[in-house]
Amino acid sequence: MLLLLLALGIIVISGCGALTVCTRPRLSSCIGAGGTVLGCAVGMIPALEVLLQGTIQSLRCAWSMPCGSFFIELDPLSAFFLLPVFLLSALAAVYGGQYLMKYKDTKRLGVAWFFYTLLVASMAMVCLARNAVLFLIAWEIMALASFFLVAFENEKAEVRRASWIYMVATHLGTACLLPMFLIFGAHAGSLDFDRFAHSLPQPLASICFILALIGFGTKAGIIPFHVWLPEAHPAAPSHVSALMSGIMIKTGIYGIVRMLAFLGMPALWWGWLVLAIGIISGVLGVLFALAQHDLKGLLAYHSVENIGIIMMGLGVGLIGWSAGVPSVAILGMAGGLLHVVNHAMFKGLLFLGAGSVFQAAHTREIDHLGGLIKKMPYTGACFLIGAVAISGLPPLNGFLSEFLIYLGSLRGAISMGADVAVPLIGAVAGLALIGGLAAACFTKAFGIVFLGEPRSQAAANAHESRPLMVAPMLLLAAGCLVAGFLGMYIVPAMSEVVSGILGFDAGHELKIAGGYLGSVTIASIALLLVVACLTLLRRFLLSGKEVGSGATWDCGYAAPSSRMQYSASSFAQPITDLFKMVLRTEKRLQLSEQYFPAAGAFKTHTLDAGFEKIYRPLFEGAKCLFARCAVLQHGSMHLYVLYIVITLLGLLVWLVR
Amino acid sequence: MQTEAYMNLFLGLAFAPLLGGIINRIKAAFAGRTGQPLLQQYYDMYKNIRKGAVYSRTTSWLFRAGPIVGLASVLIALALVPVNGSTAPLAFTGDLILFAYALGLMRFFTVLAALDTGSSFEGMGASREVFFSALAEPALLLGLATVARRAGTLSLSELLAATSVTSPELVLVLAALGIVFLCENARIPFDDPNTHLELTMIHEVMVLDHSGPDFAFIQYGAALKVWVLGSVIVGLILPVAGGKFLLLNSAALLGCMFMLAVIVGIIESTMARLRLLRVPQLLVAAGALSLFAFILSMR
Amino acid sequence: MGSVLETTMMLLILSDMALLGLSRLRTCIAVASFQGMLLGVFTLLAHEQALTPRIFLIAAVSFILKGFVFPQLLRRSIREASAQNEMDPYVGYSMSVMAGMAMFGAALWLGEQLPLTLAAGMHLVIPAALTTVLTGLFLIIARKNALSQCLGFIILENGIYAIGIVSVVEISVLVEIGILLDAAVAVVVMGVAIFHINRQFDHLDTDQLDSLKG
Repeated sequence: MLLLLLALGIIVISGCGALTVCTRPRLSSCIGAGGTVLGCAVGMIPALEVLLQGTIQSLRCAWSMPCGSFFIELDPLSAFFLLPVFLLSALAAVYGGQYLMKYKDTKRLGVAWFFYTLLVASMAMVCLARNAVLFLIAWEIMALASFFLVAFENEKAEVRRASWIYMVATHLGTACLLPMFLIFGAHAGSLDFDRFAHSLPQPLASICFILALIGFGTKAGIIPFHVWLPEAHPAAPSHVSALMSGIMIKTGIYGIVRMLAFLGMPALWWGWLVLAIGIISGVLGVLFALAQHDLKGLLAYHSVENIGIIMMGLGVGLIGWSAGVPSVAILGMAGGLLHVVNHAMFKGLLFLGAGSVFQAAHTREIDHLGGLIKKMPYTGACFLIGAVAISGLPPLNGFLSEFLIYLGSLRGAISMGADVAVPLIGAVAGLALIGGLAAACFTKAFGIVFLGEPRSQAAANAHESRPLMVAPMLLLAAGCLVAGFLGMYIVPAMSEVVSGILGFDAGHELKIAGGYLGSVTIASIALLLVVACLTLLRRFLLSGKEVGSGATWDCGYAAPSSRMQYSASSFAQPITDLFKMVLRTEKRLQLSEQYFPAAGAFKTHTLDAGFEKIYRPLFEGAKCLFARCAVLQHGSMHLYVLYIVITLLGLLVWLVR
Repeated sequence: MQTEAYMNLFLGLAFAPLLGGIINRIKAAFAGRTGQPLLQQYYDMYKNIRKGAVYSRTTSWLFRAGPIVGLASVLIALALVPVNGSTAPLAFTGDLILFAYALGLMRFFTVLAALDTGSSFEGMGASREVFFSALAEPALLLGLATVARRAGTLSLSELLAATSVTSPELVLVLAALGIVFLCENARIPFDDPNTHLELTMIHEVMVLDHSGPDFAFIQYGAALKVWVLGSVIVGLILPVAGGKFLLLNSAALLGCMFMLAVIVGIIESTMARLRLLRVPQLLVAAGALSLFAFILSMR
Repeated sequence: MGSVLETTMMLLILSDMALLGLSRLRTCIAVASFQGMLLGVFTLLAHEQALTPRIFLIAAVSFILKGFVFPQLLRRSIREASAQNEMDPYVGYSMSVMAGMAMFGAALWLGEQLPLTLAAGMHLVIPAALTTVLTGLFLIIARKNALSQCLGFIILENGIYAIGIVSVVEISVLVEIGILLDAAVAVVVMGVAIFHINRQFDHLDTDQLDSLKG
């Protein structure tokens, strides 16, 4: 436990250190990044220890905060979330050290590092806190630190807009958490988490569940509370997007899972609800991702999709739990939780890759890129691995978690009655559709950005990033690859985590599932072997033969230009057209009216339907309402003092009454 | 025991290209022609293997990796499908998920190789391929889930052994899987493999730039894909003649695969290609059929 | 024998899905005709224990009316009004099929809730009939073409007929009313034809309309 506090200490102190030397960008980057890496490495030790041994370490100190106590605890569930926090934070810090050098003359990097370390420490603290007050303080620090990081390039109007949207969204979420904790606290008689467990009777438990779903779901980015995500992630610097998308939104998942453990036996409709939210978030997330033109916007919507997959896993788990089918409950939960870690790895990797592309080509517009794999071979290879992993394809890690969720839902769907089988078969269908659409989306993202010919001069002049930016990507890519082959060890190791949530032993079931994943590993190894053999065969077949090179065969057309290539929009067009009911893509077509062809223009733009249809009217309405309240506010000091006096008098009268 | 497990692998590797020959002969017969030799696909592959290759200057290593990963993935899928009544070499509980995703991996790399050429034709084919397969995927998995519910197992090997067409919902599943089979293998009514260099094509247009051994790999992979999906369908129809009658089962499988090729040939001769707009509707219908069959199986 | 009845019901549901998913009016009429014949057969199957001449009569009448007469009337309307062959949907075909699956799910649930006593092997009948009713309503709501609305009405009536056949133990007035409704449909079919001819006049050139006035 002390080791963990030491780690957090190192991280925060290095941030303060970076702040003090913020006139010297290189030094403050070194201190900030170095301290984060060191702190994360130290923090990893107790987390791994707890995860592998299943022990619980805790620390409780008195604290002068009303109702609060400094009570932190490291149990397997916390450790399971801490691992990706530390891993990705360290790698993103190394990357960020190099990435931020571009801004060294225009920005105070020390400030950015201060908030970065604060974000890392507060995320760890959210996972550790066992007192509602402490938890909310850490939660708010996390929100504020990430707000300042999103607003890093605050001279741009769209960045300011994005960060404010994020600020409002996160506080609306917190507004739901406060009553939830108060209900818990009122019933348990204390705001310490250890008194919360199984303390609520039924109607209150359901209310708390809904509040947790909205409050934590806003942070996680489930539809319809996702609107801040596609705004904030592209606006932030890439290593911060990686951190936010990779793990910060997972603290929302952590909160939901933690509350589920407290609430105990779920009602059946909870599972239905979570699963429905998961399917909707997953399908809509990937559809909106397909319609994006901005590489980081695409990745941000994919976070919505992956949160959807995680929620589907949790939903399957809840349904199995409430229906009394342990194997479905265990497989669903384990799949959802494993996807948290997997997503942290490949989404972190993809955001870092997108950052490299942005720095090399100075644009995030997918349709202006192309052919980068020749200019940036390492970034390209890493992005490819991330793309295959996020599409859930074997032999990478994304397949493992999706496999577990599939297995859980199929197992329930083929053996249970209609009330369980119907939602679970919905999960299977949803997951299959999401898988297919995700593959479409990432063949688009990778294929258009990295393959073919450069579509703009900037893309043609791109160059590989510095080694300090490439190394974290290579590590994450290697992690995705290796984890894909280690399913049979990883999944049984999660038994303590899953048992802790469900309250019954998950070890046996996960060991069996691990056995299946062992077979997947054998298949994956076979795949690699066959690929190797075929590569050798091809080399043998081509040896001594004439291998020529020429222009791409374009059906006889001799002078193809790079502008004639299929673009990202045209690639996705059939799918976006089929789903135009939900996407509502705006199309603007300008054609010349003359007989001979002249320059024309075609433009598509997909606004977020949730934002446009739900939130904008809502906030406009609120604005109108509050504008009427403005009568009370004249800016005159006399009136304000009058208000205060009236309020005080009123309170006094109420007291002595 | 060993030969039993690997039987479908052997059969597929040996006879998969023959199916294309049969289909073409049937089509020729309908058109009143003699048609290609039955072994034409073997000749084509042999010819391609002996040739050198030409690569576009636009392409990168992914273009060369595409055919290899594609062929390897379909081989993994083939190793998951047994001859009826035996257990496939890589069989395990839940292998039907890996089966679907191995085919997904093949598609992923074929599409990337197509995009690597920078040609607009190949981009168009790639776009259509991912579109249609995204809609076909739910139909495939729901169909298999229906069969799994009847058989009470999640392993393809046990599943194929446990079922034969005895109930109406299996007929529905077969219809849905048949649609998926035609779509995934880019046959009429989804795609016409014979109209070279037309704007309407899907699969053939994606591989325009491959040549030499790469193209042979692609042809072989495509033939194997027909075999893999076909042998799942055939496995659902065929009753099992007990584990001992391996030769009988294998002969039955082979015969049924040839029958399937004949049926595909007849479909291709008598039907026109669908308008592209209609293709998603047919695939959604296949998904609805699977879902319908699943709901029926729940009673 | 129960499985034959079940297969009949599955075919009924499938034909509903086909009606939702198909775009050509003529094909849809063919499907509706098939559905009508199916219901004729179903009448016999549902009462196979007690086949009375009256049942034969009802089956034959519905077989001929629904299977041949109505479709023929509809086809004639198309020809005479030279209506277009497209269904003109408000809701897309894929979406309609998905809605159809949802309606089937709802019908299954409703069928369990309804307090009906049915013979063994008939539990699919009520859901199938309800699905048919809902499909008919959906077609009326979600298609622009007046003829396809008429088709929707026929389908709706098919569903009611199927419920009537099984839910009344002794075949009684209800079914007779169903047959009467059939006749009503026939009138509607004619009405649509006239409506179409009327509409045609609206679309004619003004100078010709002028001559009509004169």
